[in-house]
Amino acid sequence: MVFRDKAKIMDVEQIDKTLTRIAHEIIEKNKDVENIALVGIRTRGAFLSERLAGKINDIKKKEVRVGILDITLYRDDLTTISEQPVVHKTEIDFDIQDKIIILVDDVLYSGRTIRCALDALIDFGRPQNIQLAVLIDRGHRELPIRADYVGKNIPTSLKEVVQVKIKEVDGIDEVMIQEKEN
Amino acid sequence: MDILLKDGHIVDPANRLDSTSDILIRDEKIAKVGKNLRVNGAKTVDCKGKYVLPGLIDMHVHFRQPGREDEETLLTGSRAALKGGFTSVLCMANTNPPIDNQGVVEYIYAESKRIGLINLYTVGAVTKNLDGKELTEVGQILAAGARALSDDGKSIMNAELMRRALEYTKMFALPIISHCEDLNLSKDGVINEGFVSTKLGLKGIPRTSEIAMVMRDIELAELTGGRVHIAHVTTREAVELIGQAKGKAINLTCETCPHYFTLTEEAVLGFDTNAKVNPPLRTKEDVEAIKKGLSEGTIDVIATDHAPHSEEEKDVEFDSAAFGMIGLETALSLAFSELVAKGILNWKQLVERMSISPAKILGLDNKGSLGAGSDADVVVFDPKINWVVDVKKLESKSKNTPFIGKRLDGIVTLAIVGGKIKYENGKFH
Amino acid sequence: MAVTWVRKDLLGLEELSAEEIGLILETADSFKEISQRPIKKVPTLRGKTVVLFFFEPSTRTRTSFELAAKRMSADLVNIQTSASSLTKGETLKDTAKNIEAMKVDIIVMRHSSAGAPHLLAKAVSPSIINAGDDSHEHPTQGLLDLFTIKEHKKKIAGLNVSIIGDIAHSRVARSNIWGLTKLGAKVTICGPATLIPPDIERLGVKVTYDVKEAIEGADVINLLRIQLERQGQNLFPSLREYAIKFGLDSEKMKFAKKDVLIMHPGPINRGVEITPEVADGPYSVILEQVTNGIAVRMAVLYLVSGVRERKH
Repeated sequence: MVFRDKAKIMDVEQIDKTLTRIAHEIIEKNKDVENIALVGIRTRGAFLSERLAGKINDIKKKEVRVGILDITLYRDDLTTISEQPVVHKTEIDFDIQDKIIILVDDVLYSGRTIRCALDALIDFGRPQNIQLAVLIDRGHRELPIRADYVGKNIPTSLKEVVQVKIKEVDGIDEVMIQEKEN
Repeated sequence: MDILLKDGHIVDPANRLDSTSDILIRDEKIAKVGKNLRVNGAKTVDCKGKYVLPGLIDMHVHFRQPGREDEETLLTGSRAALKGGFTSVLCMANTNPPIDNQGVVEYIYAESKRIGLINLYTVGAVTKNLDGKELTEVGQILAAGARALSDDGKSIMNAELMRRALEYTKMFALPIISHCEDLNLSKDGVINEGFVSTKLGLKGIPRTSEIAMVMRDIELAELTGGRVHIAHVTTREAVELIGQAKGKAINLTCETCPHYFTLTEEAVLGFDTNAKVNPPLRTKEDVEAIKKGLSEGTIDVIATDHAPHSEEEKDVEFDSAAFGMIGLETALSLAFSELVAKGILNWKQLVERMSISPAKILGLDNKGSLGAGSDADVVVFDPKINWVVDVKKLESKSKNTPFIGKRLDGIVTLAIVGGKIKYENGKFH
Repeated sequence: MAVTWVRKDLLGLEELSAEEIGLILETADSFKEISQRPIKKVPTLRGKTVVLFFFEPSTRTRTSFELAAKRMSADLVNIQTSASSLTKGETLKDTAKNIEAMKVDIIVMRHSSAGAPHLLAKAVSPSIINAGDDSHEHPTQGLLDLFTIKEHKKKIAGLNVSIIGDIAHSRVARSNIWGLTKLGAKVTICGPATLIPPDIERLGVKVTYDVKEAIEGADVINLLRIQLERQGQNLFPSLREYAIKFGLDSEKMKFAKKDVLIMHPGPINRGVEITPEVADGPYSVILEQVTNGIAVRMAVLYLVSGVRERKH
């Protein structure tokens, strides 16, 4: 499948401002920052959660715990996709019992990834509250899932793809819309 | 009806003939050999571009009758033989019941006569029930028509018994065909002991198992003056020992099989049970030594050790699979491609290994020759046709050969036994 | 990691490439954490059926595979020889075809005949995982040994690994030799001359009968079990003599490197190939091998279940 760049939605400054805004929203909604932990969904969600934790720390001068979740083993499409995906480590080295867990991902689309993440989290314990922060919400939900914190809402067509690039993985911070060719 | 074979390349070393000529067959004998023969009312077969040979003689086959007729019968075995160019075969005695007494020998010959396809001969066992303990009634067995003695399938471990057997059979001027295996060294072994057995974690049969027993039998032959024919030689060292012994006045002959000059132990990789055979396939150096031995005449005979086994006996775990492979239908093509086409043997030598020497060793006068007055056992071979070994087309009731799917060069187009056409281009008469 | 897993079966390490072995080890690393969670379960193999087809007694390997399958939510069936119809004269292939007819996905097989898993892999469509075929291979043991070494030493290439014991009859030795040499380790094998198979140097290993030579300079020492039954075959005079000459005790440990790893596939014969002080000592990673075994087997089950193409 070939993709063609169509439009640039966010650049490095906009992404940074958006993450700062989300950090403020998280603090406002959850008075007790002590009890918050961020869990990023591999791969880019994990790095975004690190950044968010850093920003929360800048504002409240408090360390927020960060974990990484690999949802591969919880996917509902393992028997139908053509190749077995590579499994990476899940690293949640703190107890999530009774905590406020904020899942972090780059793009919210069908909602199936978040459904997997919820199943995975429950296997680790019983959080008090699970919230969701995403950089981009592109619509087209297939499950009743919604985000608590959204960086930017981008209406898209099914032919389009939202490509989030972040420095830690792709060498650059930007959000592009691409279109499938033929 | 007379049969006239025209314009074939006749290979008849017994009469120093190795050129294109015609052969006239009348009644049960070769009537005349010469150029431009013309006979009225004869069935004429055009043999241009083909080789005409004295019928091949396989002095080592296992037809499973009586006892395992599901694997092969004297009938199906005879057909397989014809397809491979063999007009005479020597059956081994390890049937059930074994051919260890006059009665069973007579049964085999009676069956052979009834079937009427090829010359079916049999050995008689050396020991009762092939147990290696008590001699059989050798005289009665030979009088009933057995052409040799052999406990093949089993090894005679008791040297004293082998000695007495050789001394006793001296009176009859026929050989003991010896299966040389030290059962203690080879115990539980399934393939050649070496790199392949190490890789596969299978118990190996050390080469010494064959070499030590060959040495013993050579010494016993020298001691007693009896005749020993060493069956299925596979090792370089055995060839050397036999070569040295032939310099002395010992009644010693030996044979090898096509799989020992075409395959190595690597054929077993992947746990292919069709390559599981006793004695086992050896190394590249052994294959070269076997070819050299054939070329120099140290190895007198190419026999097949045709050993049919049912699917239930072969399509199992390697350790449990039966030893042996069928070979009648592929032998001549393999000998042609590997030996003649590659210049290791010429046609004259091939006929010596596969017809003349077996006839001599078994005392079959009038065979192995195409001279006037010889038995009309004739085979026509077309070297230009190649064919793929197809399970569905094999004549043998069993299909255990590692050559399935292989393309072989040369095929038998006509086989005449006792002056009658028994096989022609895929059809039996 | 550019390589994808495409094999329906895991029959041995001989046919795997270094990259494929690397993929399994990397995948196993991701699975290790699951056994440390309070709820040791992921839904990955939900609805898949795994059959443990064991013809030789085994507690360790069988339990390890059982836990690996169950922690991935698979349905599990245990077949032991005494209970199977093989004792009634049914062939191995027929028994396997009967199992196949019950629509199972993976068969984990241990058999006393080398090549038995290969026979089944050709005959039936479920994935076949070799859990040990006589003296031929025990691929998951080889893999968990590699995993354990890598966890401690961070790499395999360039390490000196010595394998001491009955090499001739050891499937663990063979699988280890394949895995280690493919990943670039330098392997030395050591044991009584009667228990070293012919031509084994051709696999790229060094052979010595001197246990001191095998211990000095080794980064890893892997000890193999000496089986009691072998004594009756005149392969060595007594367990006592074996223990004195080849058994790893504190005296011989004096020649070992200070950061050596002591490994053993288990079960250990205390006082024969290894003494209690060494088995329970600070250099021993024997129990870690057991823990890693589950992660490795989970990884193998995961990879093999993802192969879409089925024969037949």
